[in-house]
Amino acid sequence: MSTTRTLRFRVFRFNAETDYLPAYKIYDLEVDEHELMLDVLDKIKWTKDGSFSYRRSCRHGICGSCAIKVNGKSIIACKDNVFELADLFETDELIIEPSRTERAVKDLIVDKKDFWSKYDAVKPYLVAEIDEHPVKENLVTPEDAELINEADQCIQCGVCYYACPAVEVNPDFIGPAALAKAARFTTDVRDDAKLDRLEIVNELGKGIWDCVKCYECATACPKGVDPIGKITTLHNQTFEEDMAEDNVATRHAVGFKHAIARHGLLDETEIVRYSEGTFGMVKHIGVGLDMMRAGKVVMPWNMHNSKNLDEVKKLIKSSSTTTFKGK
Amino acid sequence: MSKLRYALFAGCTPKGSTPELMMATMAVAEKLGIELVELEAASCCGASHLQDFDDFLSVVLNARNLCYAEKEGLDMVTVCNTCQLNVAGANLRLKSDSKLKNSVNEKLAEVGLNYTGSVQVKHFLYAILEDYGLDNLAEQVVKPLREMNIAPFYGCHNIRPTDIAQDSNGGESPYMPTSLDNLIIALGGNSIDYESKNKCCGFHADLQAPHTSHALTGKALLDAKDNNADYMVTPCPLCHLNFDTQQKNAAKAAGREIGLPVLHLPQIIGLALGIEPKKLGLDKHVIDTQLA
Ligand code: SF4
Ligand code: SF4
Ligand code: FES
Repeated sequence: MSTTRTLRFRVFRFNAETDYLPAYKIYDLEVDEHELMLDVLDKIKWTKDGSFSYRRSCRHGICGSCAIKVNGKSIIACKDNVFELADLFETDELIIEPSRTERAVKDLIVDKKDFWSKYDAVKPYLVAEIDEHPVKENLVTPEDAELINEADQCIQCGVCYYACPAVEVNPDFIGPAALAKAARFTTDVRDDAKLDRLEIVNELGKGIWDCVKCYECATACPKGVDPIGKITTLHNQTFEEDMAEDNVATRHAVGFKHAIARHGLLDETEIVRYSEGTFGMVKHIGVGLDMMRAGKVVMPWNMHNSKNLDEVKKLIKSSSTTTFKGK
Repeated sequence: MSKLRYALFAGCTPKGSTPELMMATMAVAEKLGIELVELEAASCCGASHLQDFDDFLSVVLNARNLCYAEKEGLDMVTVCNTCQLNVAGANLRLKSDSKLKNSVNEKLAEVGLNYTGSVQVKHFLYAILEDYGLDNLAEQVVKPLREMNIAPFYGCHNIRPTDIAQDSNGGESPYMPTSLDNLIIALGGNSIDYESKNKCCGFHADLQAPHTSHALTGKALLDAKDNNADYMVTPCPLCHLNFDTQQKNAAKAAGREIGLPVLHLPQIIGLALGIEPKKLGLDKHVIDTQLA
């Protein structure tokens, strides 16, 4: 016998055509231990209010259409179990909202144009000269296929995208899903547009350097795509392919190697100077003075080194795998 | 209870721009009888940035860091979420990927070291929680933080990604973290519930995308403030840098005054244990920590 529980759902209701403001409606429902959030949505529509609107299609975590937020957690509704969510949030009342309330069109349906246009920007398709009459197969080894497997699982649900704080405050940021898709193709041995894509994702203000490394995307993705991991791949490829521009972001990443080679530890003032350049330091003067007043600045002559620094230096020599020509 | 001993991975920021964190950590450890053996040979963890340039090098250097804890035969404690991410992250990768481990050990052999994977890496917060125990801690409290509304700010890298958190930080939930709340309560304080507590401070894009960084910093601070926080507390010195030294920039970005003092985790423990504020470095903040 399965157990049931009566839970309260506070549901975002809104019609962009008729409503000025959204309203949250309350539905008390008996829920079974096996039921998913999508079952709850169906129940509301089928037993409470036929006008309730949301997207769904496959019911199997494949189509990517059922993304919503429950108590702020970005999910696909056909995957997350209701009891588990209630237990996770230690509550009998769950709040159901669209992935991004600001983009709601009708109830849980959002206008996903922002997501798709960024997705388009990275050329989310294979670019290759295909021989229409091949005489032999175009072989991809299992090892090469393995490289793209994780990123290839993406179902474009937007769960990561609408969980990403950088997207929220920077509308230009391409975001985790599209960046993971870019990496999906830049690691594909058959693809010819690697450099084009790296150039697109490289751009300051939009691409890989605008990620804040919060790991929200990796945590939220229902398909194990690990978008931030793929962003790291793009960072690496940018240097490997010599596509890295000489700018504050690339110098900042490279600067760590120089800092560690020098002291073992990071000289925090020096990494800012190295990244920004001497003139770029001007905008940090205010913060710098505040920090100095508070006794937070280590003067260069007080900087000390890791013990056995020679080991660190040796390892940096022997284990470096990339170079940067910018500096 | 037998005496707790750990290898301390101090990290660059506690040795640099947040000296108060180092002072408070040592003072609290001493008071609680926890021995922290500082790994003086340790190098920078790479702060999640070195990996963008050279992932392999960053693993090799962190493997070396781990070797020093292995040599001491002690589990490692970090006092920074991002150190935790990088060192515990390298540990997890090396433990689960023997090919990587072999190629890293080839390099380490050149300097006479060998990584085996015998130590755990945990943030100081979880050493207190899991090993010292909150009940024990509560017994040591002499000045309960009674009148204080404290907003716990968890910081990303202690709770995400989940595989590392699970392996090292007792599997704290990224969606409903409780450790810091429980700690505040054990110290007699009142922990504030607010949406931003498990969100991002923006630190890692400070230079590359300052607008993003400041916006996130301001959002979290104001969320805490609007929920009646007197103080914010964080286990991460990088979050602290953004919240304290960048608070004015964040206020500018938000177009609102903020004025919220932000304390380090061991500072609130220290206050409750009756350690003198000066010994906890409470005078080394940009935003005044003394409430009028
Ligand atoms: S890690 Fe980067 S891409 Fe992923 S959610 Fe955070 S800011 Fe967005
Ligand atoms: S990466 Fe994951 S969360 Fe993001 S759109 Fe693809 S499947 Fe959804
Ligand atoms: S309905 Fe297709 S992914 Fe949920």
